[in-house]
Amino acid sequence: MSELLVNPWFLGFAYGFPLITVLMTVGGLATWFERRFAGRMQNRVGPSFVGPFGILQVLADGIKMMQKEDIVPRDADKFLFNLAPILPVFLVLASAATIPFTGYWDDTGQWQSWLMVADLDIGILWVLALAGLMVFPIWMAGWASNNKYTLLAGMRGVAQGVSYEIPLVMAALVPVVATGTLSLSGIVAWQAENGWLVWRFPIVGALAFILFFLSSLAEANRIPFDIPEAESELIGGVIVEYTGLKGGMFLMAEYMHTAVAAALAVTLFLGGSHMPGLSFHWALGPIWFVLKSGALFVLIYWIRWSWFRFRADQLMELCWVLFVPGSLILVMLTAVQVWVETLL
Amino acid sequence: MIEQWAPALVFLVLSFGAPAVMLFMATMLAVRSKIPSEARYDNYECGEEPDGMAWVRFHPRYYLVALIFVLFDVEAAFLFPWALNIRDMGGIAIIDMLIFVGILLIGWAYAVRKGAIKWV
Repeated sequence: MSELLVNPWFLGFAYGFPLITVLMTVGGLATWFERRFAGRMQNRVGPSFVGPFGILQVLADGIKMMQKEDIVPRDADKFLFNLAPILPVFLVLASAATIPFTGYWDDTGQWQSWLMVADLDIGILWVLALAGLMVFPIWMAGWASNNKYTLLAGMRGVAQGVSYEIPLVMAALVPVVATGTLSLSGIVAWQAENGWLVWRFPIVGALAFILFFLSSLAEANRIPFDIPEAESELIGGVIVEYTGLKGGMFLMAEYMHTAVAAALAVTLFLGGSHMPGLSFHWALGPIWFVLKSGALFVLIYWIRWSWFRFRADQLMELCWVLFVPGSLILVMLTAVQVWVETLL
Repeated sequence: MIEQWAPALVFLVLSFGAPAVMLFMATMLAVRSKIPSEARYDNYECGEEPDGMAWVRFHPRYYLVALIFVLFDVEAAFLFPWALNIRDMGGIAIIDMLIFVGILLIGWAYAVRKGAIKWV
């Protein structure tokens, strides 16, 4: 038994299975939360009949989606059309593998991160690489549907995805430069010992956090960056031709993406599961982690229901004229401060 | 090495399996219409009859965006190993990278002035 508990293949399963279950549940509950939240913001009720506070609406919707007839358009590229809905969920789930959900001070006064599926040395690269692949399912779906609207949506989605990947990666470089490690548990440990990155590097850290947060919104195709979906001009984006659960997969991935983006922003800039003076037991870590990422999560939905959608060209200009050079300058400023601190 | 990567590989398989299994279950649960209809398999373009295939030529501005993206993405590949070694290498690393980023930003300014990302 004890041999099994240190077997890395078994540990991947033991940590991975609950994480997938939790993320899928969060993705489902996020749809319910968004509808309730939007309802309250617009002075109506939202789903309220199925179960307490309408929470079972998620289940009802899921069962409804599963029963829908599976229609593949005659002119579509069948293989890519059927493969595309699997990939976004796969990529979002897989990218959560290296995020540590708790941590504690050990006996020697070192911060130990725990409860991640895989503590990779290159944890941040793992997340960014998998998040960067998100443009492929969007383009596969857009192209394989053989529909002019989905083609346009896919094209815009790829343009937006690759553009906002640059500020996302550059903003994620700020913690790497500051801490000198690529492992997410290392970044959290550094923040626990030296102070959270948002204020440890005055102004630069906060700006990098805002840039990272906004770029994650764009990567997750949330308003104000949801041009690939833009229902008023492109019907519903790349998912127009998908029926039932296949279309639901794209929505599910989008909702899980918001949760993972919030968790990642917390890990990189807000100290992960660390809370000053209140991290004496590992069981407290998940509470702080959920509180922090929950606040960002709510912020994402708040923005979505109070903001308008950017035009496609404004979106690109905002990224290339402001975000890209801005994030580069932030990385250089962080590097200079790190260098100056080594001299002192 | 294997201790680090084995859980990640297992997790990759699990996270691919979860949506695949869900979609497979959906194909078994889904209803099938018994009434044959050709129009059902048309593309949905807001009720208009689809006019030809959608696999056509499109605007080159997307191509320009992809070009600039490659430029900056390769730069990111250079920045990551550099970021890990700032403390060891000190000022010389900073100055080198400032020159490198400066050259890139000149290219960026050229692309912006030429209207490579002006879509309207």
